[in-house]
Amino acid sequence: MVADASLGLHNPLGLLAELTHRCPLGCPYCSNPLALDPRESELATPTWARVFTEAAALGVLQVHLSGGEPGARRDLVAITAAAHAAALYTNLITSAVGITANSLRQLAEAGLDHVQISIQDSEHASADRIAGYVGAFARKRALAAAVVNLKIPLTVNVVVHRANIDRIEQMVALALALGASRVEIAHVQYYGWALQNRAALMPSAEQVARATEAVDELRRRHHGEIVIDAVVPDYYARLPKPCIGGWGRRSLNVTPAGKVLPCHAAESIPGLEFWSVREHSLDDIWKNSPAFNAFRGTAWMQEPCRSCARRDIDFGGCRCQAFALTGDARATDPVCHLAPSHDDVVALAAVQEDAPYAYRRM
Amino acid sequence: MSEATAAIASDARPRLPHGVRLVHSEAQGGWVLLAPERVFKADAIAAAIVKRCTGEATFAAIVDDLAKTFNAPRERVLADVTTMLRGLADKKLLEL
Repeated sequence: MVADASLGLHNPLGLLAELTHRCPLGCPYCSNPLALDPRESELATPTWARVFTEAAALGVLQVHLSGGEPGARRDLVAITAAAHAAALYTNLITSAVGITANSLRQLAEAGLDHVQISIQDSEHASADRIAGYVGAFARKRALAAAVVNLKIPLTVNVVVHRANIDRIEQMVALALALGASRVEIAHVQYYGWALQNRAALMPSAEQVARATEAVDELRRRHHGEIVIDAVVPDYYARLPKPCIGGWGRRSLNVTPAGKVLPCHAAESIPGLEFWSVREHSLDDIWKNSPAFNAFRGTAWMQEPCRSCARRDIDFGGCRCQAFALTGDARATDPVCHLAPSHDDVVALAAVQEDAPYAYRRM
Repeated sequence: MSEATAAIASDARPRLPHGVRLVHSEAQGGWVLLAPERVFKADAIAAAIVKRCTGEATFAAIVDDLAKTFNAPRERVLADVTTMLRGLADKKLLEL
């Protein structure tokens, strides 16, 4: 139906392939949905291969092989080879638990271009506690060494929250020591599991201010040595993030069972109709599926977004967050200082409790 | 580009690191530099420069070649290419 860029139709650049929701870790901020896809529902190897071919034809350049823990799939090498054969840049996003030095070598031979390993903290005990898995930290260090040994570029991803935010300097030092060329400092985004754990994860305003300063200082200190990318702490922001570069604009996400989503949290918005790669081609889904067209362009916006000078910059912020915090997916993301409900976000950020985590479990 | 850019040694052999590559994409409308979890659009000039960073050609030879190909003053090409390659190296997209 929609068919030109003036209505918001672009070619996607990136595909997030959630190969499985199975994962040995239990991080309380996991980006997977609360209702996890069971193993029996997972797409088979040939279906993923077809998806990659269709993605490349659609303009996709990079595929992010993620999960859950992608290493839980026994056919990960075949899946990686299929993505490589489709001429996609292949990125493995892993917890490191489930990938061995041996399987990594096979993945490298299959054409793997890059590895991202998540680290929960720079301190061993705290890292394992956050992951809900004893021994995870040591496995991460070992896999990082194997990645560097094979000369595959390494990104270390650190999700920051109240329990580890005061150690950003140590976590960047760890990333450097592990041989990473890039480190992502990502403040928790409050959807799904993280929303359930929000009060236990929320840092204080002082912590966030110190963390922001630390990142600026570390970028100066390590300029040219390591790339430091940062994801801002939503609840302390004045301007909303341009969620995934605009709804249905730059990326798409295929769930373990084959549903295609504009972003990994999109299923949290009720009433959206998602299409599956089992029934449709990726091209058809990108152009015509009701979920992708729901918030494309700017026609769906309400005030204050509709007449805002930044409407083509941040696209009204995140639709999932708008729904989670206001009950209306078309509302301005309440993170925006112009949103009628912005004060609610400020109040929510002030709710901080040292409650035990509700770990992500299947 | 008002900041002074450090010179690049004439005998340096710039190359793309593992995990970085230049590709042409019809769907994305031209040349793009693919890097870990990042994609950079490259215009025709940038692509012409990056294509020469093979790890074999010296920096001096690359500048000579570009000056000749684009029929431009060598001094000017040297300054522009230095700025661009330093910028790429700072982002870990190039090894000098």
